[in-house]
Amino acid sequence: MPRNRSVSAVLGSSVPRPRPEPFPSRNRSALRRRGVVVGLVVLSLILITISFRESSTGPLSGVQAAGATVLRPFEVAAERVARPFRDVYGYFAGLVHVKRENGRLKAEVNQLRQQAELGQSARAQNARLRDQLHFVDSPLFPSDYSAVNTRIIGWRSEFDDQVVIAAGRDHGIRQETPVVTSDGLVGSVTQVIGDSALVTLITDQSSAVQARDQNSGAFGLVRHGQGQGSLIVDRVTKDKQVTVGDVIVTAGTRSSKYPSLFPAGIPIGWVTSAGQSDTAPYKQIQIQPYVDFTSLDAVTALITSKKIPKAP
Amino acid sequence: MPADVAKATGLLFFAVVLQLSIMANVTILGGHPNFLLVTLVCVALLRGAVFGAVAGFWAGLLADTGVFGTLGFTALLLTVAGYWTGRYGETTGRDRAHAPVLSIAMITILYQIAALVLRFMLGQNAPAGAIFEGLPPTVLLNVLLTLPVYAFTRRLLRPREWAPREVRLLG
Repeated sequence: MPRNRSVSAVLGSSVPRPRPEPFPSRNRSALRRRGVVVGLVVLSLILITISFRESSTGPLSGVQAAGATVLRPFEVAAERVARPFRDVYGYFAGLVHVKRENGRLKAEVNQLRQQAELGQSARAQNARLRDQLHFVDSPLFPSDYSAVNTRIIGWRSEFDDQVVIAAGRDHGIRQETPVVTSDGLVGSVTQVIGDSALVTLITDQSSAVQARDQNSGAFGLVRHGQGQGSLIVDRVTKDKQVTVGDVIVTAGTRSSKYPSLFPAGIPIGWVTSAGQSDTAPYKQIQIQPYVDFTSLDAVTALITSKKIPKAP
Repeated sequence: MPADVAKATGLLFFAVVLQLSIMANVTILGGHPNFLLVTLVCVALLRGAVFGAVAGFWAGLLADTGVFGTLGFTALLLTVAGYWTGRYGETTGRDRAHAPVLSIAMITILYQIAALVLRFMLGQNAPAGAIFEGLPPTVLLNVLLTLPVYAFTRRLLRPREWAPREVRLLG
Protein backbone atom coordinates (compact mmCIF):
# COMPACT_ATOMS: atom_id res chain seq x y z
CA MET A 1 0.00 0.00 0.00
CA PRO A 2 1.55 3.30 -1.07
CA ARG A 3 2.16 5.87 1.62
CA ASN A 4 0.75 9.23 0.55
CA ARG A 5 1.17 11.18 3.79
CA SER A 6 3.37 14.19 3.46
CA VAL A 7 5.01 16.12 6.32
CA SER A 8 2.88 19.19 5.65
CA ALA A 9 -0.24 17.09 5.72
CA VAL A 10 0.62 15.73 9.15
CA LEU A 11 1.68 19.07 10.68
CA GLY A 12 -1.23 20.90 9.15
CA SER A 13 -3.83 18.46 10.31
CA SER A 14 -6.37 19.77 12.73
CA VAL A 15 -6.93 16.47 14.46
CA PRO A 16 -7.60 17.31 18.11
CA ARG A 17 -5.11 15.69 20.43
CA PRO A 18 -6.20 14.51 23.82
CA ARG A 19 -4.94 16.74 26.66
CA PRO A 20 -2.25 14.97 28.64
CA GLU A 21 -3.69 13.88 31.95
CA PRO A 22 -1.78 14.77 35.07
CA PHE A 23 -0.13 11.88 36.89
CA PRO A 24 -2.46 11.34 39.79
CA SER A 25 0.07 9.52 41.99
CA ARG A 26 2.75 12.20 41.58
CA ASN A 27 0.33 15.03 42.20
CA ARG A 28 -1.06 13.40 45.30
CA SER A 29 2.40 12.72 46.67
CA ALA A 30 3.57 16.29 45.98
CA LEU A 31 0.46 17.68 47.64
CA ARG A 32 0.91 15.44 50.67
CA ARG A 33 4.59 16.35 50.91
CA ARG A 34 3.90 20.07 50.83
CA GLY A 35 1.00 19.70 53.20
CA VAL A 36 3.16 17.94 55.76
CA VAL A 37 5.98 20.47 55.66
CA VAL A 38 3.66 23.49 55.69
CA GLY A 39 1.73 21.96 58.59
CA LEU A 40 4.90 21.36 60.60
CA VAL A 41 6.25 24.84 59.88
CA VAL A 42 2.97 26.44 60.95
CA LEU A 43 2.92 24.28 64.08
CA SER A 44 6.48 25.35 64.89
CA LEU A 45 5.56 29.00 64.45
CA ILE A 46 2.55 28.60 66.73
CA LEU A 47 4.73 26.92 69.35
CA ILE A 48 7.34 29.69 69.10
CA THR A 49 4.66 32.35 69.49
CA ILE A 50 3.05 30.70 72.51
CA SER A 51 6.37 29.79 74.11
CA PHE A 52 7.69 33.32 73.58
CA ARG A 53 4.63 35.04 75.02
CA GLU A 54 3.55 32.79 77.86
CA SER A 55 4.77 33.11 81.43
CA SER A 56 6.98 30.55 83.14
CA THR A 57 3.88 28.89 84.61
CA GLY A 58 2.03 28.52 81.30
CA PRO A 59 0.86 25.20 79.82
CA LEU A 60 3.80 24.89 77.40
CA SER A 61 6.22 25.28 80.28
CA GLY A 62 4.62 22.21 81.83
CA VAL A 63 5.18 20.28 78.60
CA GLN A 64 8.75 21.52 78.48
CA ALA A 65 9.32 20.53 82.11
CA ALA A 66 8.00 17.04 81.36
CA GLY A 67 10.31 16.76 78.34
CA ALA A 68 13.28 17.94 80.35
CA THR A 69 12.49 15.41 83.08
CA VAL A 70 12.39 12.60 80.51
CA LEU A 71 15.69 13.67 78.98
CA ARG A 72 17.45 14.27 82.30
CA PRO A 73 18.59 10.69 83.09
CA PHE A 74 19.94 10.27 79.57
CA GLU A 75 21.81 13.56 79.78
CA VAL A 76 23.29 12.59 83.13
CA ALA A 77 24.37 9.23 81.72
CA ALA A 78 25.91 10.81 78.61
CA GLU A 79 27.76 13.34 80.73
CA ARG A 80 29.16 10.55 82.94
CA VAL A 81 30.33 8.57 79.94
CA ALA A 82 31.96 11.62 78.37
CA ARG A 83 33.65 12.89 81.52
CA PRO A 84 36.76 10.64 81.44
CA PHE A 85 37.41 11.62 77.82
CA ARG A 86 36.89 15.28 78.64
CA ASP A 87 39.23 14.98 81.61
CA VAL A 88 41.95 13.39 79.48
CA TYR A 89 41.57 16.14 76.88
CA GLY A 90 41.62 18.79 79.62
CA TYR A 91 44.75 17.24 81.14
CA PHE A 92 46.71 17.36 77.89
CA ALA A 93 45.35 20.77 76.93
CA GLY A 94 46.42 22.04 80.36
CA LEU A 95 49.98 20.77 79.89
CA VAL A 96 50.52 23.30 77.10
CA HIS A 97 50.18 26.24 79.48
CA VAL A 98 51.31 24.57 82.68
CA LYS A 99 54.79 26.13 82.97
CA ARG A 100 53.63 29.69 82.46
CA GLU A 101 50.66 29.16 84.74
CA ASN A 102 52.89 27.67 87.43
CA GLY A 103 55.02 30.83 87.54
CA ARG A 104 51.98 33.05 87.68
CA LEU A 105 50.38 31.00 90.44
CA LYS A 106 53.55 31.01 92.56
CA ALA A 107 53.63 34.80 92.44
CA GLU A 108 49.92 34.91 93.20
CA VAL A 109 50.29 32.57 96.18
CA ASN A 110 52.96 34.81 97.72
CA GLN A 111 50.80 37.86 97.25
CA LEU A 112 47.68 36.15 98.60
CA ARG A 113 49.52 34.82 101.64
CA GLN A 114 50.38 38.35 102.66
CA GLN A 115 46.83 39.49 101.97
CA ALA A 116 45.38 36.60 103.98
CA GLU A 117 47.39 37.55 107.05
CA LEU A 118 46.17 41.13 106.81
CA GLY A 119 42.64 39.94 106.08
CA GLN A 120 42.46 37.69 109.12
CA SER A 121 43.14 40.49 111.54
CA ALA A 122 40.77 42.80 109.65
CA ARG A 123 38.03 40.17 109.75
CA ALA A 124 38.36 39.69 113.49
CA GLN A 125 38.24 43.44 114.00
CA ASN A 126 35.23 43.71 111.69
CA ALA A 127 33.30 41.03 113.59
CA ARG A 128 34.06 42.73 116.89
CA LEU A 129 32.86 46.12 115.61
CA ARG A 130 29.68 44.60 114.11
CA ASP A 131 28.84 43.04 117.45
CA GLN A 132 29.35 46.33 119.24
CA LEU A 133 27.13 48.18 116.75
CA HIS A 134 24.43 45.44 116.61
CA PHE A 135 24.78 45.74 112.85
CA VAL A 136 21.87 44.40 110.72
CA ASP A 137 23.15 43.07 107.39
CA SER A 138 21.93 41.30 104.26
CA PRO A 139 22.99 37.62 103.83
CA LEU A 140 26.76 37.26 103.86
CA PHE A 141 28.73 34.96 101.60
CA PRO A 142 29.56 32.18 102.41
CA SER A 143 28.42 31.99 106.04
CA ASP A 144 24.70 32.66 105.45
CA TYR A 145 24.40 30.33 102.49
CA SER A 146 24.04 26.59 102.18
CA ALA A 147 25.39 24.83 99.12
CA VAL A 148 23.65 22.56 96.64
CA ASN A 149 26.41 20.86 94.68
CA THR A 150 25.24 19.67 91.32
CA ARG A 151 26.32 18.55 87.89
CA ILE A 152 25.96 20.26 84.53
CA ILE A 153 23.90 18.04 82.24
CA GLY A 154 23.34 20.19 79.19
CA TRP A 155 24.56 23.17 77.21
CA ARG A 156 22.04 25.28 75.39
CA SER A 157 23.75 26.45 72.19
CA GLU A 158 26.71 28.40 70.92
CA PHE A 159 24.51 31.51 70.89
CA ASP A 160 23.85 31.53 74.63
CA ASP A 161 26.12 31.04 77.61
CA GLN A 162 23.55 28.99 79.47
CA VAL A 163 23.78 25.54 81.05
CA VAL A 164 21.31 23.08 82.49
CA ILE A 165 22.04 21.74 85.98
CA ALA A 166 20.77 18.52 87.54
CA ALA A 167 19.13 20.18 90.56
CA GLY A 168 15.96 22.22 90.69
CA ARG A 169 13.08 23.39 92.83
CA ASP A 170 13.01 20.09 94.71
CA HIS A 171 16.50 20.87 96.02
CA GLY A 172 15.61 24.36 97.17
CA ILE A 173 16.79 26.20 94.08
CA ARG A 174 14.74 29.22 93.06
CA GLN A 175 14.88 31.69 90.23
CA GLU A 176 17.84 34.09 90.65
CA THR A 177 19.73 31.67 92.93
CA PRO A 178 23.46 32.51 92.61
CA VAL A 179 25.67 29.75 91.21
CA VAL A 180 29.40 29.47 91.93
CA THR A 181 32.33 27.07 91.84
CA SER A 182 35.27 26.94 94.22
CA ASP A 183 37.02 29.29 91.78
CA GLY A 184 34.41 32.02 91.70
CA LEU A 185 31.13 33.30 90.35
CA VAL A 186 29.43 31.32 87.57
CA GLY A 187 26.02 32.94 87.08
CA SER A 188 22.46 32.76 88.31
CA VAL A 189 19.41 30.56 87.82
CA THR A 190 17.01 31.98 85.23
CA GLN A 191 14.54 29.12 84.88
CA VAL A 192 13.75 26.29 87.23
CA ILE A 193 11.60 23.15 87.32
CA GLY A 194 11.40 20.26 89.79
CA ASP A 195 14.67 18.49 89.16
CA SER A 196 16.66 20.76 86.86
CA ALA A 197 17.34 24.42 86.27
CA LEU A 198 18.75 26.73 83.64
CA VAL A 199 21.76 28.80 84.69
CA THR A 200 22.75 31.91 82.75
CA LEU A 201 26.52 32.38 82.96
CA ILE A 202 28.04 35.77 83.70
CA THR A 203 29.64 35.63 80.22
CA ASP A 204 26.19 35.72 78.60
CA GLN A 205 25.20 38.94 76.88
CA SER A 206 22.16 39.31 79.09
CA SER A 207 24.18 39.14 82.34
CA ALA A 208 25.47 42.07 84.39
CA VAL A 209 26.96 41.87 87.87
CA GLN A 210 27.63 44.74 90.26
CA ALA A 211 31.30 44.37 91.13
CA ARG A 212 34.04 45.96 93.18
CA ASP A 213 37.79 46.19 92.85
CA GLN A 214 39.02 44.64 96.07
CA ASN A 215 42.19 46.73 96.12
CA SER A 216 40.95 50.20 95.22
CA GLY A 217 37.28 49.83 96.13
CA ALA A 218 36.17 51.08 92.70
CA PHE A 219 32.67 49.94 91.76
CA GLY A 220 31.57 48.88 88.29
CA LEU A 221 29.43 46.53 86.27
CA VAL A 222 30.91 43.25 85.04
CA ARG A 223 29.44 42.23 81.73
CA HIS A 224 30.15 40.48 78.47
CA GLY A 225 33.13 41.80 76.48
CA GLN A 226 33.92 41.73 72.77
CA GLY A 227 35.35 38.23 72.40
CA GLN A 228 33.69 34.94 73.22
CA GLY A 229 33.77 34.41 76.99
CA SER A 230 35.60 37.67 77.75
CA LEU A 231 34.48 40.03 80.50
CA ILE A 232 34.83 43.74 81.07
CA VAL A 233 34.20 46.02 84.02
CA ASP A 234 32.06 48.86 82.81
CA ARG A 235 31.03 52.13 84.45
CA VAL A 236 34.22 52.67 86.42
CA THR A 237 34.84 56.40 86.52
CA LYS A 238 38.23 57.75 85.49
CA ASP A 239 39.10 59.07 88.93
CA LYS A 240 39.31 55.52 90.32
CA GLN A 241 42.58 53.61 90.43
CA VAL A 242 42.42 50.17 88.85
CA THR A 243 45.62 48.30 88.04
CA VAL A 244 46.47 45.04 86.30
CA GLY A 245 46.22 42.12 88.72
CA ASP A 246 43.51 43.67 90.91
CA VAL A 247 40.92 41.19 92.14
CA ILE A 248 37.30 41.87 91.16
CA VAL A 249 34.57 40.56 93.47
CA THR A 250 30.81 40.92 93.60
CA ALA A 251 29.72 44.16 95.22
CA GLY A 252 26.35 43.04 96.56
CA THR A 253 23.46 45.48 96.53
CA ARG A 254 24.53 49.10 96.19
CA SER A 255 21.36 50.67 94.93
CA SER A 256 17.99 50.02 96.55
CA LYS A 257 16.45 50.50 93.12
CA TYR A 258 18.50 47.68 91.57
CA PRO A 259 19.19 45.02 94.21
CA SER A 260 21.98 42.64 93.23
CA LEU A 261 21.24 38.94 92.82
CA PHE A 262 24.66 38.08 94.21
CA PRO A 263 25.95 38.46 97.76
CA ALA A 264 29.04 40.61 98.20
CA GLY A 265 32.52 39.12 98.14
CA ILE A 266 32.32 36.33 95.56
CA PRO A 267 35.49 36.41 93.42
CA ILE A 268 34.84 37.04 89.73
CA GLY A 269 38.27 37.51 88.12
CA TRP A 270 41.41 39.59 87.95
CA VAL A 271 42.18 42.64 85.86
CA THR A 272 44.20 41.86 82.74
CA SER A 273 44.19 45.34 81.23
CA ALA A 274 43.08 48.76 82.39
CA GLY A 275 43.15 51.96 80.39
CA GLN A 276 41.25 55.06 79.50
CA SER A 277 40.82 57.37 76.55
CA ASP A 278 39.98 61.04 76.31
CA THR A 279 36.69 60.41 74.56
CA ALA A 280 35.28 57.51 76.62
CA PRO A 281 33.49 58.53 79.82
CA TYR A 282 34.60 55.43 81.75
CA LYS A 283 37.73 53.34 82.15
CA GLN A 284 38.22 50.39 79.81
CA ILE A 285 38.92 47.39 81.99
CA GLN A 286 39.19 43.80 80.88
CA ILE A 287 39.17 40.94 83.33
CA GLN A 288 40.01 37.27 83.21
CA PRO A 289 37.37 35.22 85.05
CA TYR A 290 38.61 32.78 87.70
CA VAL A 291 36.15 30.19 86.45
CA ASP A 292 37.10 28.31 83.31
CA PHE A 293 33.74 28.30 81.58
CA THR A 294 34.91 25.95 78.83
CA SER A 295 35.52 23.04 81.20
CA LEU A 296 32.71 23.59 83.63
CA ASP A 297 31.26 20.29 84.84
CA ALA A 298 30.03 20.79 88.42
CA VAL A 299 28.73 23.89 90.18
CA THR A 300 27.31 24.98 93.52
CA ALA A 301 23.98 26.76 93.91
CA LEU A 302 23.90 29.08 96.93
CA ILE A 303 20.72 28.92 98.95
CA THR A 304 19.94 31.21 101.83
CA SER A 305 17.11 31.21 104.31
CA LYS A 306 17.94 34.74 105.32
CA LYS A 307 15.65 37.30 103.74
CA ILE A 308 17.30 39.46 101.10
CA PRO A 309 16.31 43.07 101.79
CA LYS A 310 14.21 44.70 99.09
CA ALA A 311 13.73 48.37 98.47
CA PRO A 312 10.49 49.76 99.95
CA MET B 1 8.31 1.50 57.40
CA PRO B 2 7.50 1.14 61.15
CA ALA B 3 10.94 -0.41 61.64
CA ASP B 4 12.50 2.59 59.90
CA VAL B 5 10.53 4.96 62.09
CA ALA B 6 11.66 3.15 65.25
CA LYS B 7 15.31 3.12 64.13
CA ALA B 8 15.28 6.78 63.12
CA THR B 9 13.54 7.77 66.37
CA GLY B 10 16.16 5.96 68.44
CA LEU B 11 19.00 7.41 66.42
CA LEU B 12 17.71 10.96 66.64
CA PHE B 13 16.98 10.63 70.37
CA PHE B 14 20.59 9.54 70.88
CA ALA B 15 21.74 12.46 68.70
CA VAL B 16 19.71 14.95 70.75
CA VAL B 17 21.12 13.67 74.05
CA LEU B 18 24.68 13.65 72.70
CA GLN B 19 24.30 17.13 71.23
CA LEU B 20 22.87 18.70 74.39
CA SER B 21 25.13 16.98 76.92
CA ILE B 22 28.46 16.89 75.13
CA MET B 23 28.70 18.42 71.66
CA ALA B 24 27.12 21.78 72.53
CA ASN B 25 30.13 22.50 74.73
CA VAL B 26 32.76 21.34 72.22
CA THR B 27 34.67 24.10 70.47
CA ILE B 28 37.39 23.14 68.00
CA LEU B 29 39.24 25.89 66.13
CA GLY B 30 36.34 28.20 66.92
CA GLY B 31 33.75 25.87 65.37
CA HIS B 32 30.89 24.01 67.02
CA PRO B 33 30.08 20.60 65.51
CA ASN B 34 26.35 19.91 65.34
CA PHE B 35 25.86 16.17 65.67
CA LEU B 36 22.08 16.46 65.65
CA LEU B 37 22.00 18.37 62.35
CA VAL B 38 24.41 15.92 60.72
CA THR B 39 22.35 12.92 61.84
CA LEU B 40 19.14 14.49 60.61
CA VAL B 41 20.63 15.28 57.21
CA CYS B 42 21.80 11.67 56.84
CA VAL B 43 18.36 10.32 57.79
CA ALA B 44 16.58 12.72 55.44
CA LEU B 45 18.89 11.88 52.54
CA LEU B 46 18.12 8.19 52.95
CA ARG B 47 14.39 8.46 53.62
CA GLY B 48 13.11 11.48 51.72
CA ALA B 49 11.46 14.83 52.30
CA VAL B 50 8.39 13.92 54.36
CA PHE B 51 10.34 11.60 56.63
CA GLY B 52 13.08 14.24 56.95
CA ALA B 53 10.63 17.00 57.84
CA VAL B 54 8.80 14.94 60.46
CA ALA B 55 12.09 13.65 61.92
CA GLY B 56 13.46 17.21 62.04
CA PHE B 57 10.37 18.51 63.79
CA TRP B 58 10.42 15.72 66.39
CA ALA B 59 14.16 16.01 67.07
CA GLY B 60 13.99 19.80 67.24
CA LEU B 61 11.10 19.74 69.68
CA LEU B 62 12.99 17.31 71.90
CA ALA B 63 16.10 19.50 71.77
CA ASP B 64 14.04 22.57 72.69
CA THR B 65 12.52 20.86 75.73
CA GLY B 66 15.88 19.54 76.94
CA VAL B 67 17.53 22.91 77.41
CA PHE B 68 14.59 25.21 78.25
CA GLY B 69 14.79 26.73 74.76
CA THR B 70 12.00 28.59 72.97
CA LEU B 71 9.72 25.70 72.10
CA GLY B 72 9.47 25.33 68.32
CA PHE B 73 12.68 27.23 67.54
CA THR B 74 14.94 24.28 66.75
CA ALA B 75 11.92 22.32 65.52
CA LEU B 76 11.25 24.93 62.81
CA LEU B 77 14.86 25.01 61.64
CA LEU B 78 15.27 21.24 61.61
CA THR B 79 11.91 20.71 59.86
CA VAL B 80 13.00 22.89 56.97
CA ALA B 81 16.50 21.36 56.98
CA GLY B 82 15.07 17.82 56.93
CA TYR B 83 12.60 18.65 54.18
CA TRP B 84 15.14 20.35 51.95
CA THR B 85 17.72 17.60 52.35
CA GLY B 86 15.13 14.90 51.79
CA ARG B 87 13.94 16.59 48.62
CA TYR B 88 17.52 16.90 47.42
CA GLY B 89 18.06 13.20 48.15
CA GLU B 90 14.93 12.28 46.20
CA THR B 91 15.85 14.31 43.14
CA THR B 92 19.23 15.78 42.19
CA GLY B 93 21.26 14.12 44.89
CA ARG B 94 19.93 10.63 44.29
CA ASP B 95 22.76 8.06 44.07
CA ARG B 96 25.39 10.80 44.13
CA ALA B 97 28.37 9.95 46.30
CA HIS B 98 29.00 13.59 47.19
CA ALA B 99 25.38 14.26 48.21
CA PRO B 100 25.87 13.87 52.01
CA VAL B 101 28.94 16.08 52.15
CA LEU B 102 27.50 18.73 49.84
CA SER B 103 24.15 18.85 51.59
CA ILE B 104 25.64 19.04 55.09
CA ALA B 105 27.94 21.89 54.03
CA MET B 106 25.02 23.82 52.54
CA ILE B 107 22.61 23.02 55.37
CA THR B 108 25.15 24.03 58.02
CA ILE B 109 25.58 27.46 56.46
CA LEU B 110 21.84 27.96 55.93
CA TYR B 111 21.02 26.63 59.41
CA GLN B 112 23.41 29.03 61.12
CA ILE B 113 22.17 32.01 59.15
CA ALA B 114 18.50 31.07 59.66
CA ALA B 115 19.09 30.60 63.40
CA LEU B 116 20.78 33.97 63.56
CA VAL B 117 17.91 35.72 61.73
CA LEU B 118 15.27 33.97 63.83
CA ARG B 119 17.02 34.89 67.06
CA PHE B 120 17.34 38.48 65.89
CA MET B 121 13.63 38.55 65.10
CA LEU B 122 12.81 37.16 68.55
CA GLY B 123 14.99 39.81 70.17
CA GLN B 124 17.48 37.27 71.51
CA ASN B 125 21.24 37.39 71.53
CA ALA B 126 22.40 37.14 67.88
CA PRO B 127 26.18 37.60 67.65
CA ALA B 128 26.54 37.71 63.87
CA GLY B 129 30.31 38.37 63.94
CA ALA B 130 31.08 35.39 66.15
CA ILE B 131 28.81 33.12 64.13
CA PHE B 132 30.31 34.09 60.77
CA GLU B 133 33.83 33.75 62.17
CA GLY B 134 33.03 30.27 63.41
CA LEU B 135 31.19 29.23 60.26
CA PRO B 136 34.11 27.79 58.20
CA PRO B 137 35.40 25.53 61.01
CA THR B 138 31.84 24.52 61.88
CA VAL B 139 31.22 23.49 58.26
CA LEU B 140 34.50 21.58 58.23
CA LEU B 141 33.73 19.77 61.49
CA ASN B 142 30.22 18.87 60.36
CA VAL B 143 31.57 17.56 57.05
CA LEU B 144 34.10 15.42 58.95
CA LEU B 145 31.32 14.14 61.20
CA THR B 146 29.17 13.32 58.16
CA LEU B 147 31.45 10.54 56.93
CA PRO B 148 31.09 8.16 59.90
CA VAL B 149 27.54 9.24 60.70
CA TYR B 150 26.34 8.70 57.14
CA ALA B 151 28.07 5.30 56.97
CA PHE B 152 26.37 4.27 60.22
CA THR B 153 22.97 5.67 59.24
CA ARG B 154 23.22 3.91 55.88
CA ARG B 155 23.78 0.60 57.65
CA LEU B 156 20.87 1.29 59.95
CA LEU B 157 18.45 2.56 57.31
CA ARG B 158 19.15 0.74 54.06
CA PRO B 159 18.87 3.06 51.05
CA ARG B 160 15.43 2.91 49.58
CA GLU B 161 14.94 1.70 46.03
CA TRP B 162 13.33 4.78 44.56
CA ALA B 163 10.53 4.02 42.08
CA PRO B 164 11.54 4.86 38.49
CA ARG B 165 10.14 8.12 37.32
CA GLU B 166 6.91 7.88 35.38
CA VAL B 167 7.44 9.12 31.81
CA ARG B 168 4.66 9.57 29.35
CA LEU B 169 5.39 10.43 25.76
CA LEU B 170 3.35 13.16 24.27
CA GLY B 171 1.37 12.49 21.10
